[in-house]
Amino acid sequence: MKTIDCDVAVVGAGPAGLAAAEAAKSTGAGKVIIIERDIRAGGILQQGIHPGFGLQIFGEELTGPEYAERYMKQADSAGVELLLGTTALELRDRELVCAGTEGLLHVRFGALVLAMGCRERTRANLVIPGSRPSGIYTAGTAQKLINIYGDKIGKEVVILGSGDIGMIMARRLTLEGAHVKAVVELLPFLAGLTRNKVQCLDDFGIPLLLSHTVVDIEGVDRLTSVTVCPVDEKRRPVLDKQEKIPCDTLLLSVGLIPENELSRTGKIELSPVTRGAVVNQYKQTSNPAVFACGNVLHVNDLVDHVSRESAEAGRNAALYAAGKLPSAAAYAAVPGNGIRYVCPQKVVADGNEEVTLYFRTMIPGRRTVIRCTANGKELVSRKCVRTSPGTMEKLVLSKETVASLNGPIEVSCEHGEVLA
Amino acid sequence: MHKADILIIGAGAVGTALAREFSKFKVKVIVCDKNDDVGGDASKSCSGLTSTSATMPVGTLECKIRTISHTMVDVLCRDLDIPIIHCGSIAPVLTDDQMEQVPKLIDRAWQNGVWDYEFMPREEILEMEPTLNPEIKGGIYSPRDSQINQFLMVVAEAENAAENGVEFLLDCAVTGIDTKDGRIQRVITTKGEIEAKWVINAAGLYCDDIAKMVDECDFSVHPRKGEFFVLGHDTPVKVKHIISSVPTPKTRGVLVIPTTDDNLLVGPTADDVEDKNDKKTTREGLEEVRTKALEMVPGLRFEDTITQFVGARPARVPEGYNILVSEKAKGYVGISGIRSTGLTASMALAKYVIHEMKAAGLELERKVGWIRTRRGIVKFSDKSDAEKDALIASDPRYGKIVCRCEQITEAEIVQAIHRPVGARTLDAVKRRVRAGMGRCQSGFCGPQVIGIIARELGISEYEVRKRGVAAYMLDH
Repeated sequence: MKTIDCDVAVVGAGPAGLAAAEAAKSTGAGKVIIIERDIRAGGILQQGIHPGFGLQIFGEELTGPEYAERYMKQADSAGVELLLGTTALELRDRELVCAGTEGLLHVRFGALVLAMGCRERTRANLVIPGSRPSGIYTAGTAQKLINIYGDKIGKEVVILGSGDIGMIMARRLTLEGAHVKAVVELLPFLAGLTRNKVQCLDDFGIPLLLSHTVVDIEGVDRLTSVTVCPVDEKRRPVLDKQEKIPCDTLLLSVGLIPENELSRTGKIELSPVTRGAVVNQYKQTSNPAVFACGNVLHVNDLVDHVSRESAEAGRNAALYAAGKLPSAAAYAAVPGNGIRYVCPQKVVADGNEEVTLYFRTMIPGRRTVIRCTANGKELVSRKCVRTSPGTMEKLVLSKETVASLNGPIEVSCEHGEVLA
Repeated sequence: MHKADILIIGAGAVGTALAREFSKFKVKVIVCDKNDDVGGDASKSCSGLTSTSATMPVGTLECKIRTISHTMVDVLCRDLDIPIIHCGSIAPVLTDDQMEQVPKLIDRAWQNGVWDYEFMPREEILEMEPTLNPEIKGGIYSPRDSQINQFLMVVAEAENAAENGVEFLLDCAVTGIDTKDGRIQRVITTKGEIEAKWVINAAGLYCDDIAKMVDECDFSVHPRKGEFFVLGHDTPVKVKHIISSVPTPKTRGVLVIPTTDDNLLVGPTADDVEDKNDKKTTREGLEEVRTKALEMVPGLRFEDTITQFVGARPARVPEGYNILVSEKAKGYVGISGIRSTGLTASMALAKYVIHEMKAAGLELERKVGWIRTRRGIVKFSDKSDAEKDALIASDPRYGKIVCRCEQITEAEIVQAIHRPVGARTLDAVKRRVRAGMGRCQSGFCGPQVIGIIARELGISEYEVRKRGVAAYMLDH
């Protein structure tokens, strides 16, 4: 059994972990280690071979691997150490227990950044009735089989859920010669980004069936058909309008869940809404030495947001390890009217710097006013041409505002026109 | 052509228990099964309960065999390293009607020799099991009901039988049986002909189809479909005991079962259907399970469901255990009517069947050097830090976590494939070592497990199946 001591340990070498580690190192942390279970860095970006990454940060369109490579180079030149093929098994206060082919490894840290990403919701989470044949994949698993392993997964495909990966896979499968018969979405609006509908569905003539769902799955061995059915305004299937679609493959793109099992072993407080850690603006969790960022904290729409947020987490972890992270009274940031969640869930009122609140709306709308209030008094507001639950929104609280806080704050929104 | 003294059709709980029992003797035994793996249909998708005979019909062969068999379970688990939890069961009494049933149920249990099947008042039951509906009027406590790992029970018996010389032919469906001069000659299968002196029909749900081949079928079998939910490790409300509905003549009703793997199993329904291939969960069935389970344990969180499945118990018409040593087709032995009690009853049933066969002229000579015990695959996630480190030193593949949800390593998966009667499909790997059994339902490890199976078996990824004849994972 080996023990390593470091200033900052990071779990996960995806976009979140790479940005956090690089920032920790640049902030002055001595020894920074990333623990990664895969044999390569890059995380899920490795399989996102389509363009569209990095518009915000680099001002150009990169593929997933290209985006990852830039951060890998930065982390590498900053002197971040990467432990590949190593799985973090358990978090014990100031120590991580990891496994690799060399044996068990204990990593003792001054601060830890959790950057494990997320997993996909499954058919079982949705409780779709029917048989259990082969040929049912989550969109990300299909993406891995096709883009990493080079496998063909099926010929006739139906996709349930209009999440981004699902739409991107509709295009990918079409390019691979499969016939994508429909993308089926339970909600009356798109779950993912509009640009993905335009570029991945419309351009390829793939029908999008909004307010529809899958009510039956058939096939004794391999999948033979799914039954698709419209839903009423309460999302109940209208069964007399069902239609059976023959297919050999069903992809599910029905949501992502932060992968917080390691956090649970460390008894980190988790939010029942985001299913990620409860954090303050420093991305600091209920264990002050542990920080969280990226999709393990809350599921993001764009990798650019992940990188920015994670760099903050990495910097703060380095400051904490050096005993330099300020602490002051913390107040809750809660979701109000029309808002599903706010991250961070707490704001430390030290007034050192401005604080960005990230949040998602519940339903899409036009001419939406989003505002943050304290005690009924407006702190900041912004008018948006359009908002949708698939897009992450934000509000920035100035230094002065943060310093003046003396109670909980609330984020709410009002739509000029509801688009649901 | 394969040749055997004894051919067992069906590798479920009954078939594998018979195989292990026969492996003590100097006979050539073959077990064939249409599925890709042992575990049958009913056995692998049942609740895994091994219960006393409290609720059995009094005086029946089923009751007698099961009562004897239940006493053998612990020794089997010890010898074959099968996980079991002795959690006991509680049947909460919710209505006045159920309360009226209680004395009758206790009386029947008494007649069946289950004297520790007791009614307890509300307060005592709630103290034992605080998750129960506080509205209960009391409950029946049955301390010797247990939950056994139903997958590993069959796998362990099969492995042990194979180690003692039994041959298993899987993906091998029986299509006909030849008789000559009133005696069994050979069995025709999708893997060729098997010449056998004795043929034992342990085909469960399909035993009527086999029985028709020798014209010994005066009964029918249809599936009694049971739908289940599996809830994950992290679900906040967990039960300490098996929670069962107050039994009716047809079924024990919906149960909430803590499993050996720290999941909750919730179900089943009991719907008689016609189609033996009908393994479909239904909206109505799952809703029924949810409603009935919540009546007993109101805090259950069905949001934490990691899968749902259907188990098919073979329902015989007319009912009842039936062991036929045929006069008409000498050498044919038919086992039917075992329904949902087969897991518990299988050990004694195997002995009973052999006893009957001996009475009909079968001669058996005990083997020297029969191997009694079998050890399971060493589970990395169960071990202490020092033990984990030692495991990795002994085989570095223990350091490669493949299934992150259940922390299953490559070493465990490779062993599952290379053991006797090894896994050849994703589902078979999953049942042996739990890779893919967790919250992501093989989303992360599936592609890797496909690769490991292909590599270890020397086949293409495109040949790798989820299970069954043609459930290919990729575009075959």
